[in-house]
Amino acid sequence: MIVDRLKRIAPSLLVLAAIIAVWWLAVVLTESAIFPTPWQVVTGAWELARDGTLWEHIGASLLRVGVGFGMAAVLAIPLGLWMGWVAGAYRMFNPIFQMLRPISPIAWIPIAILWFGVGDLSPIFLIFISSVFPMIVQTTSGVHTIERRYLRAAANFGVSRSVLFRRVVIPAVLPEIIVGMRIGIGVAWLVVVAAEMIALRSGLGYLIMDSRNAGNRYDLVIASMIIIGLIGLLLDSGTRLLERLKPVRWRYVR
Amino acid sequence: MSAKAIVVSGIRKSFVSGKASLPVIDDVSFSVGDGEFVAIVGPSGCGKSTLMNIVAGFERSDQGSVRVGGVAQSGPSPKGIVISQYGSVFPWLTVQQNLMFGLNGDQHGDKAALADHYAAIVGLKGFEASYPHELSGGMLKRVELARAFVVKPDILYMDEPFSALDALMNLRMRNELLRILDEERHTVLLITHDVEEAIYMADRIMVLSPRPATIQASFEVDLPRPRKLSSALAQALREAILKELGL
Repeated sequence: MIVDRLKRIAPSLLVLAAIIAVWWLAVVLTESAIFPTPWQVVTGAWELARDGTLWEHIGASLLRVGVGFGMAAVLAIPLGLWMGWVAGAYRMFNPIFQMLRPISPIAWIPIAILWFGVGDLSPIFLIFISSVFPMIVQTTSGVHTIERRYLRAAANFGVSRSVLFRRVVIPAVLPEIIVGMRIGIGVAWLVVVAAEMIALRSGLGYLIMDSRNAGNRYDLVIASMIIIGLIGLLLDSGTRLLERLKPVRWRYVR
Repeated sequence: MSAKAIVVSGIRKSFVSGKASLPVIDDVSFSVGDGEFVAIVGPSGCGKSTLMNIVAGFERSDQGSVRVGGVAQSGPSPKGIVISQYGSVFPWLTVQQNLMFGLNGDQHGDKAALADHYAAIVGLKGFEASYPHELSGGMLKRVELARAFVVKPDILYMDEPFSALDALMNLRMRNELLRILDEERHTVLLITHDVEEAIYMADRIMVLSPRPATIQASFEVDLPRPRKLSSALAQALREAILKELGL
């Protein structure tokens, strides 16, 4: 059992070890004064963790993502269901959303600052903007791809519109909604770091810029990057846990 | 068999694509008695499924009328449940929830108990809490049958119901269906391309012509049950039907 697991993760551990070795060697050989060795990154991260600033920055970033993503989900899921179900709503909104969707959230930064200043609201707005469209699109296409045989069966049993929606449409779309949430939270995490680099005084994005500006502390820059990656991984696996729920398992088996 | 469960008269249907109009059903009339088991056999692509969709209320004919239980067919309803080849058991509901799906309103009493009763009848006892993806193809078919029987429909419309199953399971489900029909008398309209399936189960067999479909021949199946397909009478009937189909 344990041997099997080791065998499975061994190749990726090997790659990781090789990267660290090459990195270390390169820093030592080039005698770089600024670029840190892996060990300096570890001690830098430890320093931040001990004095508590790391947790404050992580907390600030997660709070912004939580609020922005939460608001986006609350709007996108009902709107996506409505657009999927009512053809008129789809024709009305879809062209606008399709045009807004390819605009990088970064392009909204000047407008965010203009409207919401340089406080917490700006990044929350940017996260909202970045995650709302993928969730709308995914939910809508989920409704459009419900297999007709299920709708026919529901019509055959003569269920009311509300039962049709609660017992057939929503459960049929739920797996797509979860996919939309995975995409949404992924984009949100990308955007929060970028947004925090601009004007804020907290968050992991700010930590990166601040570490560079305050005396080229590249050990902290790289430590922050690694932490951002790890938290992104955790967020994604957290959303993936939803795929294990019994009423959506059918979509992911086989 | 005096009352007529289904009366179809003079149905025509064409599909229009662009400027071309493709006639699919050309003047089909027949009736099905109350409690009768009628099979319609025909070559694939002859318009069998379209005919069933019209009779069950999912599509409208261009001409002619369909009367079900004495009234004009106005759309799908729980009085006639369709069981098709593809299956439509909801994968997000458990077996029991699927069986309770059609039980709307308060006139059904203890819905869970009723669902469990029919689960037991089709041999799904112990699987009430299972999800469809945990079941085999044959068991899924049983869920679909039970879900139909729970709402006590007057008519079962079966469109190649067992053709997606393997050969052995197909044979087993025929017997299961007949056994349940013995307990709960329903009118059945079966559409199939399998002549032996029709002979094994039906009281009467209608043969459809190639498109546009018309009723080409009709056979009473006057064989004692349980039927033996190897009997001389069954074989003679099979030959006669295949001959109508041009084989």
